[in-house]
Amino acid sequence: MNVIFSVKALTKEYSGKKVLDIEELEIEEGSITGIIGPSGSGKSTLLYVLNGLEKATSGEIVFNGKKIISEPDIEARRQMSMVFQRPTVFNMSVYDNMAYSLKLRGFPKEEIRNRIIEISKFIGIEDKLRQRAVTLSGGEAQRLTVARAIIHRPKVLLLDEPTANLDPANVAMIEKLILHANSEYKTTIIAVTHNMFQAKRISKQLVFLLNGSIVESGEAKEVFSQPKDSRTMDFIEGKMIY
Amino acid sequence: MEYFVEAFNKAISLMLSLDPELYGIIFLSLKVSVISTVISTFIGIPLGTVIGLNRFWGKTALINITNTFMGMPPVVVGLFVYILLSNQIGILGPLRLLFTTTAMIIAQVLLATPIVTGLTIVAVQGVDPPIKKTAVSLGANGFQLMWLVIKEARYAIGAAVITGFGRLTAEVGAVMMVGGNIRFQTRVMTTSIALHKGMGEFQIALALGIILIIISLLINIALDMLRGTRGEASR
Repeated sequence: MNVIFSVKALTKEYSGKKVLDIEELEIEEGSITGIIGPSGSGKSTLLYVLNGLEKATSGEIVFNGKKIISEPDIEARRQMSMVFQRPTVFNMSVYDNMAYSLKLRGFPKEEIRNRIIEISKFIGIEDKLRQRAVTLSGGEAQRLTVARAIIHRPKVLLLDEPTANLDPANVAMIEKLILHANSEYKTTIIAVTHNMFQAKRISKQLVFLLNGSIVESGEAKEVFSQPKDSRTMDFIEGKMIY
Repeated sequence: MEYFVEAFNKAISLMLSLDPELYGIIFLSLKVSVISTVISTFIGIPLGTVIGLNRFWGKTALINITNTFMGMPPVVVGLFVYILLSNQIGILGPLRLLFTTTAMIIAQVLLATPIVTGLTIVAVQGVDPPIKKTAVSLGANGFQLMWLVIKEARYAIGAAVITGFGRLTAEVGAVMMVGGNIRFQTRVMTTSIALHKGMGEFQIALALGIILIIISLLINIALDMLRGTRGEASR
């Protein structure tokens, strides 16, 4: 297995306060990694740094065999996509929203149309392509944002709690879409989630972050069933009560 | 009141008379203002977007300067352009542009560009931050991000351009100074009004003023309809 992300001695500080301090982390190509941890543990920051939305303070990131010096260049960034907790759609049609990431990469019109038709059927909004995206419901909008993020078949999809605040049907649909990207496009998934059930359902690997550092990581099944660190156990159990 | 009604009637009859001189003046007014607005738009929108979108040293100072220039007195701009184009002292004197429509356009561009720039900065800063974050995370480069932000802020930027145009059609000081109000050459609506007022022909001046307001109103209705239909489509 190839390693798509290799992180060493990575730190991120905000006004002198260290919010991320990761000694080592390797993400295998084609894997689905769940990142769990309490609020403020640095989960989102880790995704932001990997995506280049935030610059690391120090450390090394190797993406797809290429060392990222301070932030990923446009070529590296174009092999990734990120979805945020709050669905953010552009003030244009549903079709144009989905076409956006393809147009950025210079896909031909015909290919754009074919891909949009295919994915819009998958997420059940094929009859709303001409509609303004801002008129979609929250669930539809988030389905659209995930579809827009995977339509160009990125090497890596970074998800920052994409199903928080969604109803179970939409959660199921989005998980299906994520798994589809992983199986069909071989997209590596790195998903931050607060939902332990979801982490269990979709993750093959699991990383538990606490105060910006990795407490435990490994096969998701093992981490869930036999956590090596008592803090991991406490966190999982604490969350499982809800 | 009767005086105003008479002026209004005169304005209507003047417009219906299809007097070539009057229509020449109206046409020149529109030509100068439209060309100046277009040039200001092409400078102001990219400039305002770059300033609004990026963080850099001296940004606040630059915005303050832009805001100051937004309220620049037209006579000061006119004087500046006059000196610049003046045959004796101006560095652009040899171009012999003083008292031409080009000089008027230069002055008006200097007046409208800060307005379009300043209001574009506000429009761009008003775009929801997650929109920018999303575009970057989807792989937009600097230019693509700028273009998206302009499209997202298009209604507010449209208002910026209309405001700039409005300022130019109403402006008299700068065009008078650098255009010289030469009959059949650089005479526009506002300078005509000033001229007739100076000659004591208040009613004709007032009638021309009413015509100017009617033209402005028609242009604004047209632009608003354009914006309105697009705005509705977005809902």
